[in-house]
Amino acid sequence: MIPAPFSYYRALSVDEALDLAAEHGEEAKFLAGGHSLLPLMKLRLALPEVVIDIGRLADLSHIRDAGDHITLGALTRHHDLEHSGLLARELPLLACAAGQVGDPQIRHRGTIGGSLAHADPASDLPAVVLALDATLVARGPSGTREIAAADFFGGLFETALEPDELLTEIRVPKPAAPRWSFQKFTKRAIDWAIVGVAVQGDAVALVNMGETPLRAAAVERALADGAAPRAAAALAAEGTRASADINATRDYREHLARVLVARGLQEAHARA
Amino acid sequence: MTIVYDDEPDADEIPVRRIRFTINGAKKVAEVEPRLLLAHLIRQGLKLTGTHTGCDTTNCGACTVLVDGKPVKSCTMLAVQVDGHEITTVEGLATASELHPLQEGFKEEHGLQCGFCTPGMMLAAKALLDHNPDPTEEDVRWALSGNLCRCTGYQNIVKSVLWAAEKLRS
Ligand SMILES: Cc1cc2nc3c(=O)[nH]c(=O)nc-3n(C[C@H](O)[C@H](O)[C@H](O)COP(=O)(O)OP(=O)(O)OC[C@H]3O[C@@H](n4cnc5c(N)ncnc54)[C@H](O)[C@@H]3O)c2cc1C
Ligand code: FES
Ligand code: FES
Repeated sequence: MIPAPFSYYRALSVDEALDLAAEHGEEAKFLAGGHSLLPLMKLRLALPEVVIDIGRLADLSHIRDAGDHITLGALTRHHDLEHSGLLARELPLLACAAGQVGDPQIRHRGTIGGSLAHADPASDLPAVVLALDATLVARGPSGTREIAAADFFGGLFETALEPDELLTEIRVPKPAAPRWSFQKFTKRAIDWAIVGVAVQGDAVALVNMGETPLRAAAVERALADGAAPRAAAALAAEGTRASADINATRDYREHLARVLVARGLQEAHARA
Repeated sequence: MTIVYDDEPDADEIPVRRIRFTINGAKKVAEVEPRLLLAHLIRQGLKLTGTHTGCDTTNCGACTVLVDGKPVKSCTMLAVQVDGHEITTVEGLATASELHPLQEGFKEEHGLQCGFCTPGMMLAAKALLDHNPDPTEEDVRWALSGNLCRCTGYQNIVKSVLWAAEKLRS
């Protein structure tokens, strides 16, 4: 499978990437790790006329301690999140989830920014940044804006980003409670989650239970009202809109969500 | 580098880009279409057919090569993305007179049957051993989790990598 022809530009700075995006508009796509975009281009489900390679923007690849929060460059690869000592201490949920994305080869290429901008509801990191109440920083022709993770995911493969906006940074507040868990249910080690659950403190987010990553609002409310974790977990499928596919029916996904939220809350509490 | 594609009637002028890279120690220059996949640069352009393409969908790992020492699936990378970088394929493992310990290990422990997955397995294993010379069995299995084998059932592949690790340590 070979992508359709396209014009290729390699951006050497964020400004250059933004200028190219402004010039080419909807015709253009940014290329980060390429592990969502290239498979789609090979299948010709994506036919960009212009590809803007942002893969060499080294200043977008970093993990930094900024006092009360951690900042992550959008081009930070899954492998680097997985092996970061800083994340292991401050955001173990993110390090753990990044270490379960795809397989080692995929983690060497794929980036957190690409994963969030692609907004596949089966992806792990969108749900994780949602559970962590992260803020996403985007730069466009009219400057920089901050988008709360809760406002970022609009629908299936849809985000709040404009075509000429580049996601540059993700800011994650340091969690108040050390309780966390990441539960990913797959058939094989390298698969996408059939259902996944990210728990941080009393925040619970779901992978693949709707068109976007979701907060398990009913579970969170029950926990806030003092419900026992098991009773709260029984509400995990409320308000979800899981799809049915070759891997699971909707009922089965709802069952998995309840079981995995129960396991996640249990593991999180055991870490307190 | 001449690679023949089916004609794309809708495409206007197809742009070509010049790239420089190192493959198995040799410095190369190539004129490539931006859509050329790294796997095709290696197999068709350079005629290094040890790198296999199995699934062509980023699943099987048969096309695994090292780029700057890191394992990647060459069916899911563009040739233009390796401009300025260093590639290692299975042809780069042995010297003229000696097999690489990984190759010896696969021979000693019967780590292959048809051999289709083997080059990718060896390069994923090399990436592991380069930074973890004394891996556990679990480490080996995890490092190979992006590589599928339809023949062996994996047991002997894991043994082969552990054999190579021991040889490299001694
Ligand atoms: C076989 C396979 C298995 C996988 N398994 C998993 C899994 O288990 N869990 C999981 O979470 N993911 C999985 N992935 C996806 C992987 O995590 C991708 O790396 C990720 O989804 C996309 O990141 P990327 O850097 O490769 O983005 P790209 O493919 O380069 O880009 C994806 C999209 O985002 C846009 N984009 C990229 N960066 C930016 C930016 N900074 N600003 C604005 N737009 C941007 C691009 O234009 C494109 O539309 C898998 C992928 C494959 C091929
Ligand atoms: S051919 Fe590249 S992963 Fe299968
Ligand atoms: S030996 Fe045949 S696929 Fe692995």
